[in-house]
Amino acid sequence: MAEKNTLAAQPKLRSKKGHERRTNGTIYTVLTIMSIIWLVPFVFLVLQSFRSYKLEKGGMVDYLLPKHFSLDNYAFLFEGSNFFSWCGKAILVGLIVAAAATLLIHLCGKALDKREGEDKGARILMIGGSLLVAFAALVALTAALQGFALAGKAGTLLIALALFMLVGFLMAKVYLKQDSKLLRSIPGYVVEDKHEGAKKLCTLALEFLVLSIIIQHMLAPMTASQYVRWYINTLTIALFTAVLQTAIVLSVSYALSRLRFKGRKLIMNSVLVLGLFPGFLTMITLYFLLKQLGLTQANAVPGLILIYCASSGMGYYISKGFFDTIPKSLDESARIDGATRFQVFLKIIMPLAKPIVIYTVLMAFMAPWGDYVFASYVAFGDPKGYNVAVGLYNWVNTNDFQNYFTRFCAGGVLVAVPITALFLALQKYYVEGVTGGAVKG
Amino acid sequence: MVDLNYLKMSKPQKFAYNFGKFFKALPGRIGGGFVKLGRAIAGFFKAFGLSVADLFTTFKNGDWKTRLSYLIMGSGSMARGQWGRGLLFFLFQTVFNLYMVNFGMAYLSKLGTLGTVATEKVGRKTVYGDNSFLILLYGVLTLFFVLAFIYTWRVNIKQNKIAQQIEASGKKLKSTKEDLQSLMDSQFHKTLLALPTLGVFVFTILPIFFMILVAFTNFDYNHQPPAKLFTWVGFENFKQLLSSGSASYGDTFRQVLFWTLVWAFFATFLNYFLGMFVAIMINKKGIKLKKMWRTILVMTIAIPQFVSLLYVSKMFAADGLINTYLLKWGIIHEKIPFWTDPGWARFTIILINIWIGIPYLMLIATGILMNIPADLYESARIDGANAMQMYGKITLPYMLFVTGPYLLTSFTGNINNFNVIFLLSQGRPMGLAGNAGSTDLLITWLYRMTVSDTNYKIAAVIGIMVFVVLAVINLVVYNLIPSVKNEEDFQ
Repeated sequence: MAEKNTLAAQPKLRSKKGHERRTNGTIYTVLTIMSIIWLVPFVFLVLQSFRSYKLEKGGMVDYLLPKHFSLDNYAFLFEGSNFFSWCGKAILVGLIVAAAATLLIHLCGKALDKREGEDKGARILMIGGSLLVAFAALVALTAALQGFALAGKAGTLLIALALFMLVGFLMAKVYLKQDSKLLRSIPGYVVEDKHEGAKKLCTLALEFLVLSIIIQHMLAPMTASQYVRWYINTLTIALFTAVLQTAIVLSVSYALSRLRFKGRKLIMNSVLVLGLFPGFLTMITLYFLLKQLGLTQANAVPGLILIYCASSGMGYYISKGFFDTIPKSLDESARIDGATRFQVFLKIIMPLAKPIVIYTVLMAFMAPWGDYVFASYVAFGDPKGYNVAVGLYNWVNTNDFQNYFTRFCAGGVLVAVPITALFLALQKYYVEGVTGGAVKG
Repeated sequence: MVDLNYLKMSKPQKFAYNFGKFFKALPGRIGGGFVKLGRAIAGFFKAFGLSVADLFTTFKNGDWKTRLSYLIMGSGSMARGQWGRGLLFFLFQTVFNLYMVNFGMAYLSKLGTLGTVATEKVGRKTVYGDNSFLILLYGVLTLFFVLAFIYTWRVNIKQNKIAQQIEASGKKLKSTKEDLQSLMDSQFHKTLLALPTLGVFVFTILPIFFMILVAFTNFDYNHQPPAKLFTWVGFENFKQLLSSGSASYGDTFRQVLFWTLVWAFFATFLNYFLGMFVAIMINKKGIKLKKMWRTILVMTIAIPQFVSLLYVSKMFAADGLINTYLLKWGIIHEKIPFWTDPGWARFTIILINIWIGIPYLMLIATGILMNIPADLYESARIDGANAMQMYGKITLPYMLFVTGPYLLTSFTGNINNFNVIFLLSQGRPMGLAGNAGSTDLLITWLYRMTVSDTNYKIAAVIGIMVFVVLAVINLVVYNLIPSVKNEEDFQ
């Protein structure tokens, strides 16, 4: 009986295997075809961006491969801008400064390391330095990105002071081996690592590089072509929106998830109802409000940041869902130990919420790159206030479309490459956020 | 019906039964809703009455500090040594008074007419009259401000009452320092929510309120402030949008609404099932390079839509790559009117939206599919179920149960999906009354009304209509979905 059974089972097994193979084959075919469909437009986009608008046509043609591969379209984007020479100079200066400073700090740190205990002077430098650096970096970044002539001496003085403090601060950072509370509160600070020293030096070098580039920019500002200007506009908006929106979304979702207070349900229900109104309904009112503040047309950048951030508290669902999954017993035990709610938020919940923080930052950073509606309405026809989406849309749709198509392709490629790279690098967090949000509604 | 009979029914019958039951119960529910509403209103007036009565008793029983607070906000708190609170109240009152005297009263008094003095040209000079836009906007703002003032005034008195009670019981009042500390602890929600709420109020609530009111005025290209005045017209605009006739948009509205719903239906469910299908394929045991397939598909999410959609829209254009290559290879002999024929345009949009939409659903479905307990499939396989049966009995019900709320949000999102339509077709081909096109959604129509036609009154009415449509869908679906989840379940 047993023999018969195995004999009977064998052909069945084999056929099952064959069936399996066939299914897998079909699946591979379908997936391959899908992959081709998914990638083909992007390949076309890149190919057409290499078709010269000077030697061939800049508009629609009936062939795919350009006859002469050229970088004319890309060159056009930067025409009239000293972008490349500026970049080269700035990075060169930055690298030299960073290398020199790193070496100096390394030597100082080694010398100081032989002494024991925590130095008071270093501590003071650290506190003052970190505060000033944060402030100065913000000011400098705004100024640099917007190409404002920083109000002469005051700005330069501030930067010089910040630089001085930064050196002290970073020196102390390397020199102090203790894992102090203060150090841990600084973002990006890494301890408990074998290569602690090396890591610190690398961060340091990077910080110096950025700072030198900013200073270099102040000494010899970059002149921007139209496209470069739109790009810088969008980048500024995206950076500020990422920071502010994350702060707002996290505080709202934390409050609604963890704290119980009067009016909580009311807030949640009102957001639900308000969310049913289409966003563009209020466009003219927003435009008017911004106009009263002087933040339209050429000044569209701060205006758009304001619009993107002001109402962002309404998008709290996904991160609230995440906070809901962190066990409440953690808060309670910390509260019993005497921590205030603020401390619980900062020291207990925030470290656990890293995935959702990254997700929120990513979403907030990516959204401004694709916004056409508000960006075009707030800029109201002034090319100085455009973002890339508005500028490129105008190239293909309202302007001389037959001439600007390949240039649009080139501009699109330059936008898509960094954004796509960023997205793919952080894909894991995106998936986490999206699935979490979908499951909890 | 008896339970047993219900169990005997087949699936479609069950669904029909539930569907019928829902609509049978609807009048009762609506009635119940009205009763609830009535009760809520009655409750509100009762609370209001109690509150007013409380005001009198507090005044009667209060000491001089409390009584003074009725007139000068915060004076009681200050007299009791709570300087921080007292100063805040006092400051609020001062600001309110200054605002009302210098600014608010003038606008509030004109709110009934929206201004009567028209802008005129006297010789070469323009003499500006009333600005209806400003009157409406600041009038609404002032109304909100008055409500906020009354509320704060009431809080101020309540606090005095409580402070008096605490003092009478011999305890100490909170000092300003303790007040500030509590903002980081027991009152932490106030710190967290203050700024976001202000932002939402100024940039969402106030504008929405304003636009709802605009729907009842004649604010359009013929009545643009500051040159011209506009005024209240009642339900005139609603009539114009909903009724059919030569000067009305009724037919257009119905067509656009119909297409909006059709579009949202396809965009939601087609993507949902196809995305789930792709996720199942990639997740199947024995399929290699899972990560690569996913990454390739995710490209359409990663690349900003204005790049990908604008490019694809040009690919499908009359002289675009698709048409030229199909012609070249001899597959077609005439150009396919992708964007110029209403049917083709709609079809193409839905098709391209699949390209954009599948990856989202694939990601979501992947996460959920991994959560389905493997032993369910194991036991099904032992019982001899084939792949289709397992899909129908295990995968699909589980997915639908878990993603029910997501489907609703997704449907809502697609009704308001501006980007896909605007970047692909801009609503073309045009040709409907009211400057609408065959692929226009309500939201893109609203956009055109606002930006190119400056017909704000109709735009406002369309906005309200979108709200009504979404509210109805949400209410119905929420009542149909059985899994109304308890929020605390996850904690």
